[in-house]
Amino acid sequence: MIEAKHIDKLFGEKQVLKDVSFQFQKGKTNLIIGQSGSGKTVLMKCLVGLHEVDKGEILYDGRDFCKMNFQQRREIRKEIGMLFQMGALYDMMNVEENIMFPLNMFTNKSLEEKKERVNFVLKRVNLVNANKLMTSELSGGMIKRVAIARAISMNPEYLFCDEPNSGLDPQTAGVIDHLIKEITEEYQITTIMNTHDMNSVLSIGDNVAFIYKGELWWRGDKDTILHTENKELNEFVFGTELTSRLKK
Amino acid sequence: MKILHTTGRYVLLMRRVFARPQKMKIFSSQVFTEFESIGLDSIGIVAFISVFMGAVVAIQTAYNISSPLIPMSMVGFTTRQSMILEFCPTVISLILAGKVGSRIASEIGTMRVTEQIDALEIMGVNSANFLILPKLTAAVLINPVLITLSMWMSILGGWGAMVLSNLVTTPEFITGLRVDFQIFSVFYALIKTFFFAFIIASVSGFFGYETQGGALQVGQASTKAVVFSSILIIVFNLILTKLLLT
Repeated sequence: MIEAKHIDKLFGEKQVLKDVSFQFQKGKTNLIIGQSGSGKTVLMKCLVGLHEVDKGEILYDGRDFCKMNFQQRREIRKEIGMLFQMGALYDMMNVEENIMFPLNMFTNKSLEEKKERVNFVLKRVNLVNANKLMTSELSGGMIKRVAIARAISMNPEYLFCDEPNSGLDPQTAGVIDHLIKEITEEYQITTIMNTHDMNSVLSIGDNVAFIYKGELWWRGDKDTILHTENKELNEFVFGTELTSRLKK
Repeated sequence: MKILHTTGRYVLLMRRVFARPQKMKIFSSQVFTEFESIGLDSIGIVAFISVFMGAVVAIQTAYNISSPLIPMSMVGFTTRQSMILEFCPTVISLILAGKVGSRIASEIGTMRVTEQIDALEIMGVNSANFLILPKLTAAVLINPVLITLSMWMSILGGWGAMVLSNLVTTPEFITGLRVDFQIFSVFYALIKTFFFAFIIASVSGFFGYETQGGALQVGQASTKAVVFSSILIIVFNLILTKLLLT
């Protein structure tokens, strides 16, 4: 479990996060939702230490991430997998080398063991025989799947996904969402996912935090989100033509 | 103030770069890869420019010797001195600042804007060390080799031009090459090359690593890398010449 407690983040004079507190639960897909510019990506970057918080605590199963030095953070980061918005695969490496990279850096496994692990995670994301493809040869959905495979190659305790289905068609986005959900439940990972896609929220949102203008505005899950009286959340949820028609 | 701020950030980045690599095996394989892209891929352009530079310097010297009191062997002497002391280490380093520097800055800059560097950091990898140290190590090791090659090629170019144009005979040219030759000239050139290689790799790595934004900013970082590397090479050329030759 990851706990964010009273997080404040400022960029110069501008306060981007205001007193955000939330518990991200183990074995569940925890979603951070909100409009573009609401502060959800900043919150995620604070959680993984790419931004330093100005106030507050971030606890990884009770371990205060904010008070750790570089070496201690490096140890925690070995337990973290992250799926970036554009995949962030290394251009100079093929699929197999990308997935093998964390194994090369942080384990002393033999080449055979590493290849076995690569094949296992590739099979898990339904990408068998893609080992030798270069990243330039992959489609958007394949890039996301390889990125997931790389993120889970080290058996992470915590999985962060920054808008994993952006730029994908609805069908492929659904496949990626369900893959993340399955992996989360199968390996009992604490998964935190940033999204503004209502399909994702309604299909895999076990635990949802709605961020509005840098503040935690609402918390709930996929079942309660459609019945809330919260005005700003309703505007967000029913903001598209499709959802507003469904509501009517 | 801005230049102090930039210098401070450069120093802080270099502190992160000069750390022990997390896996020596991976580091050494990266260095060998960089030998290829920084060194082997530059051999053609270095050889081409050196041959023509040597030829031009030899022809200009030959045409400017009008006094019968000055022996034609001076062409070989002048070509050797100009090439070894100045043209090869400085001009070729400037060429490499353009070729290698822009490549380093755009490669690292693209990795920054496509979140590949963030991905390294999240994994717990010291990204500055992982990305810049192999390039820096390869550059300071391979650039002196390139400059040595350049010295040979430029003298060969000078000799070729003289023989083809019948301005100076081969024995005269070789006599000139041997006049008052001091091996320190070569060491002086290689010491300068070492510093220039450090400047090219570290400054380009810095501008690439500091890139924020998108494709436009990657292009700007690449330009800045070449401009600042070139300026620093020129400035350090003066400083090192003053320190080493006086």
